[in-house]
Amino acid sequence: MTLTRRDVENIAHLARLEITEAELPVYVGSLSAILAFVEQLAAAPTTDVVPMAHPLEGQRQPLREDRVTESDRHGIYQANAPAVEAGLYLVPKVIE
Amino acid sequence: MANGWETVIGLEIHAQLATRSKIFSGSATAYGAPPNAQANLVDLGYPGTLPVLNREAVLMAVRFGLAIGATIAPRSVFARKNYFYPDLPKGYQISQYELPVVARGAVEILLEDGSRKTVGVTRAHLEEDAGKSLHEGLGRMSGIDLNRAGTPLLEIVSEPDMRSAREAVAYMKKIHTLVRYLEICDGNMQEGSFRCDANVSVRRAGAQEYGTRCEIKNLNSFRFVERAINHEVERQVELIEGGGKVVQETRLYDPDRDETRPMRSKEEANDYRYFPDPDLLPLEIDAAFVAELRAGLPELPDAKAARFAREHGLSEYDAGVLTASRELAAYYEEVAAGAGEPKLAANWVMGELSGFLNRDGLEIGVAPVGAAALAGLLKRIVDGTISGKLAKDVFEAMWSERKDADAVIAERGLRQITDTGAIEQAIRDVMAANPGQLADYRAGKDKLFGFFVGQVMKATAGKANPAQVNELLKKLLAGP
Amino acid sequence: MSLHHATAAEIGRGLAAREYSSVEVTRHFLERIERANPALNAFVTVTAERALADAQRADARIARGKGGLLTGVPLAHKDIFCTTGILTSCGSRMLANFVAPYDATVVERLDAAGMVLLGKTNMDEFAMGSSNETSHYGPVRNPWDPARVPGGSSGGSAAAVAARLAPVATGTDTGGSIRQPGALTGLTGFKPTYGRVSRYGMIAFASSLDQAGVLAQSAEDAALVLGAMAGHDARDSTSVDAPVPDYAAGLDRPVKGLKIGIIREFFGDGLEAETGAAVRAAIEAFRREGATVEELSLPNLPLSVPTYYVVAPAECSSNLSRFDGVRFGHRCRDPKDLMDLYRRSRGEGFGVEVKRRIMTGTYVLSAGYYDAYYLKAQKVRSLINADFRRAFARVDVLMGPTAPTPAFAIGAKTDDPILMYLNDIYTIGANLAGLPAVSVPCGLSGGLPVGLQIIGPHFAEERLLAAAHAWQRLTDWHRRMPQGWA
Repeated sequence: MTLTRRDVENIAHLARLEITEAELPVYVGSLSAILAFVEQLAAAPTTDVVPMAHPLEGQRQPLREDRVTESDRHGIYQANAPAVEAGLYLVPKVIE
Repeated sequence: MANGWETVIGLEIHAQLATRSKIFSGSATAYGAPPNAQANLVDLGYPGTLPVLNREAVLMAVRFGLAIGATIAPRSVFARKNYFYPDLPKGYQISQYELPVVARGAVEILLEDGSRKTVGVTRAHLEEDAGKSLHEGLGRMSGIDLNRAGTPLLEIVSEPDMRSAREAVAYMKKIHTLVRYLEICDGNMQEGSFRCDANVSVRRAGAQEYGTRCEIKNLNSFRFVERAINHEVERQVELIEGGGKVVQETRLYDPDRDETRPMRSKEEANDYRYFPDPDLLPLEIDAAFVAELRAGLPELPDAKAARFAREHGLSEYDAGVLTASRELAAYYEEVAAGAGEPKLAANWVMGELSGFLNRDGLEIGVAPVGAAALAGLLKRIVDGTISGKLAKDVFEAMWSERKDADAVIAERGLRQITDTGAIEQAIRDVMAANPGQLADYRAGKDKLFGFFVGQVMKATAGKANPAQVNELLKKLLAGP
Repeated sequence: MSLHHATAAEIGRGLAAREYSSVEVTRHFLERIERANPALNAFVTVTAERALADAQRADARIARGKGGLLTGVPLAHKDIFCTTGILTSCGSRMLANFVAPYDATVVERLDAAGMVLLGKTNMDEFAMGSSNETSHYGPVRNPWDPARVPGGSSGGSAAAVAARLAPVATGTDTGGSIRQPGALTGLTGFKPTYGRVSRYGMIAFASSLDQAGVLAQSAEDAALVLGAMAGHDARDSTSVDAPVPDYAAGLDRPVKGLKIGIIREFFGDGLEAETGAAVRAAIEAFRREGATVEELSLPNLPLSVPTYYVVAPAECSSNLSRFDGVRFGHRCRDPKDLMDLYRRSRGEGFGVEVKRRIMTGTYVLSAGYYDAYYLKAQKVRSLINADFRRAFARVDVLMGPTAPTPAFAIGAKTDDPILMYLNDIYTIGANLAGLPAVSVPCGLSGGLPVGLQIIGPHFAEERLLAAAHAWQRLTDWHRRMPQGWA
């Protein structure tokens, strides 16, 4: 798989990553190489093989009791926030 | 709608599950808290935090599935739906994709012409709600409140089985009734606890293929659903008849302007990159657990309505109205049992009681006249203590003074006069006071009978037993 | 013997015997860090004040007779574990201003054991790397040769313990990030079974592969620290609810009768000759001690690197979406709109390798490619898992090299990601199958340490630790220190 500049720009946009003009060729080259490398998987015979999403098969999702265990700590949690006002996280205007 | 067109509608209903804590964290789900006061580390998507599934949310989803006769998946999987949006803290929503917990159910709706229609429910899956963006008073910025983020949702996806906005509303009301019966959702539409997206398309009558559909978001009242769908249908038909084509897109219903418009934030084609969430394991639900939940289900509205029709002799329509909510049905049943007259009870619950509740904007749970009190009033009608007409005045007094029927009747001396002697005396007094009318009546002017009834009732302050008044009047007016 | 030549277990025993106080031990290590860290760049943050306070508390606890085996013993945490009130950078510019408001479960448990926190160690950015060159804080240097890499991604922890700036350190292993740096710095690097140690508070790279573990001087140290870290945690759904054995108590199990499988695929092209020779010699030594050895083939194992480079980037692309400049982490200056905020905050906050993996992952999950890449990789993962299962039906443990070569020069592989990825060719399989594995030093190649890898079936931690311990009673490779840090 060889990616074009346009492909890489599209992926970068989907991933919300600004890629500079100077960086672009590096990614075009290395991402193409990585995809070519992983394409060797295509040759593996996997008919009827069940995909494995999790390393410990047979484990089931534990369930938590429906209890409120948290209190209001927004002041502490927002200490890491770049911009807050009146308890709200600020972002440039969202247009729906 | 324009002739020659058929509308096709499918709904995706989002019901917030009435758990105390969030689906994947121990934060409270209460409505109306100060911004971000109910968003903990997990809800905020803090690095290193992990989701743990709320048992109650699973139980509620299964109960819903059982109520619509659906299959409960013995194994379902949580997936991540990836997209960037400020109200989505992790950059993905935990949802269910390929393997939902509930699949293939159906509900029946009653159409206006009295016929019934089955609407298929493709699936219902568990997912987490997003937060809210606020746009007022922050200048060029929006503010993000993540209190709602992580609130459990049951997304209920219908088949494209509805053919009009009215049918869509009937279906939505049906689901609304059901989730409240099951006590899995408070159904509060103003607060967004129950809302829906509508997929709408049109096609020429008789066509087999579906038309291109648009998804209308942000529908949080029955009225908006109806209006938005009708507008969208009109827009699509006009577009096609004008030689244009419907473009598949997400549109937003704007209730202030009563129109739909394309959502700017959803302009680009979405590629959600769903994949199984590696932080969660497959959700396994065994048959014994399902059986236990099935046994614990309450009587559901359809069954209850059928029973009311069968055992109480109510019309299908009345039975439907009275089972619209579990509280209303319970109220009615208590009144009917207490008064011993189901039809009388039904008339009063749907008439006076509903009228007063509407007038005062009250829920039935806080009605000033409780079921036992209303039954007490109806008993006094049945045993002839008061007339039906007087009962309405008594009811009004009970409502405003919060007293029981007997107290109001006693206080106001409204007890019906059934003593023949007393009624006869009243009639004689009226006859004596109105000799002209009496002569006319006896000369054949039968219509004056009503006049005498009125005079007697007036003279007894409405308390004379009407049947006895009739009988005695006839006898005495006929002459000596 | 100077304090820093002692293992964590030895320090623990010395503390219990009141030979010295935790404050003395802690001061000793803080001085060593101050002296050596500028040359090694192993620490991102040194928590001197906190360490001394921890040490005082530990001394008081020991004085009350309430100390455990690790009480008062200093350690360093990889900077991927959240620590309340302390910078938790994950080696990234994105989190260069991030002060965690909570403790990871691992941190909480080692704290409860009375261990003393010396600081947070450098690492490849978001644990993505095999050389510790992708850190925002610059490369870590290998104490055995400062021109060379210490391995990655837990390179800071490895360098710190190898130069004895800390007796022991935590690490995380997604594709070999504990074992490979362990091998390259002459340490015992232990990665437990997936789910054995809670992932809560450990900043996620690839959730189905990540597992916390230990970089230690000995199997005994690994056993002690692992025992204190491990166990069920209700905050991590993937954490296993099973009792934790007393790992230290099981160390003396004999090697005699141990059935060892040699993975044939691990001895092919690409394995440096001296490394291969050292590993074979080690396995031969086990045979002499009474173990049986047979060669096995795991035919799908060579596909583990391509499988990993689909699965891990896919998970990381999603895991790292939360870094969006809104609630924490780097935010670009004066974003002109929401899109600009996202693109520039993330573009500036993440380094080249992280962006490369996010884009790889985004691509393999995207519409039209999911089946060919992601789903296919999940199926091959199944095949690799089945290979291991078959192998463990025949043998107790599998052995082979940890890394194909000893430590390489800084900068040697930075321009070729695939060459870099192939460093993990022997370690990734255990992550894909969720298996416990340990690397123990077993010789030198060109004067640089070589690691022997021992892989076991799920929850065979005791068996691996006993084998590693037996080896360390037989040899003194684990006692060798690099020159110049005495």
